[in-house]
Amino acid sequence: MYNLKWILPPFLAFLAILTYPLWSGPKGAMPELAKPKGEACVESATWMRANHMQLLDHWREEVVRNQSRVYVNQAGQRFEKSLTKTCLSCHNNKQEFCDRCHNYTSVKPYCFECHVDPKLSEVSHVQ
Amino acid sequence: MSSDRRTFIKRLGMGAAVGLGSLAILEKTALVEASSSEPVETNSETRWGMLIDMSLCDPECNDCQKVCHAKHNVPDHGNKKDEIKWIWKAPFKNVFTDMNHTYLQAGLLEKPFLTLCNHCDNPPCVRVCPTQATFKRDDGIVQMDYHRCIGCRFCMAGCPYGSRSFNWRDPRENLKQLDPSFPSRERGVVEKCNLCAERVDVGQLPHCVETCTNGVLIFGNLNDPESAIRKALNEKKTIQRKPALGTRPSVFYVI
Repeated sequence: MYNLKWILPPFLAFLAILTYPLWSGPKGAMPELAKPKGEACVESATWMRANHMQLLDHWREEVVRNQSRVYVNQAGQRFEKSLTKTCLSCHNNKQEFCDRCHNYTSVKPYCFECHVDPKLSEVSHVQ
Repeated sequence: MSSDRRTFIKRLGMGAAVGLGSLAILEKTALVEASSSEPVETNSETRWGMLIDMSLCDPECNDCQKVCHAKHNVPDHGNKKDEIKWIWKAPFKNVFTDMNHTYLQAGLLEKPFLTLCNHCDNPPCVRVCPTQATFKRDDGIVQMDYHRCIGCRFCMAGCPYGSRSFNWRDPRENLKQLDPSFPSRERGVVEKCNLCAERVDVGQLPHCVETCTNGVLIFGNLNDPESAIRKALNEKKTIQRKPALGTRPSVFYVI
């Protein structure tokens, strides 16, 4: 190809820079998350890490629309479908669990604009 | 292709007929859709309702409102414009606007009456909501999904009872204490009484009914002839708010 030796190296360099965030791996330490109080989560931790947002979204639909308030997990255990009453009763440190990871991954869920972190219920204006 | 004036006009006529015909079909289907928001008699076993016996209510007492608003994180902004109400008292003349006349029993006109969302069987708020954020559950509770409310306030215009309030401000500005068991709302959504759906679903009575020590409020299943509320409705002479509008409220009053 015409002038390949001039085109290919810069092009590869460009590709390398473009994909840098993908292959360079995480920079800085992964966030240290607060350990939950209870022994086991409603589902396995790895599954929850990947799918908790879908689960919560499904829960809200079920509770508000279908009056189905009890969640039965893979192991057959029953839980109330509630962010505040179920999730936060074990993960009782929202700042060092939810917020820390959400900040790290730069996602801004608005759950807590309405739902209450029980720890902060005394404070008049909570974000 | 050659075509004379006669065939051209014929074809034009056929085209018009097809066009108008499909228009008529469209109209028919649109009509069917509109009528689906007309009252539908559900065969649900349960229709929750409430009977408010105002002859037993102490005009000075406001316990039901205090408990309801505290448990549901309803703020008190301290002014009429921003006011959020789930259950409240208003003079008879404002609650029963169509029952006022000059020679009404002395003092009745100004007597405070307890009022809340009527959880209508034919709720206009549900009909006008463009996002289905407000919907009627099978058990008759008119429920809101705050996640879905876009704050258009059509429902406030639709509700003939003033049962809905708009959050002009962040409710947490004026909530000294947040009850973690129930979410607060955010600025820009409409809210109203949910007949304590979160309690009714687990077999408890609504907060207001549980709080009232005078037995003003009777809560129960209107579809069950043996329920306390149906028995009370059988015995006492009761009225509804603005029955002529055809909303069929689930809240009944004894004056």
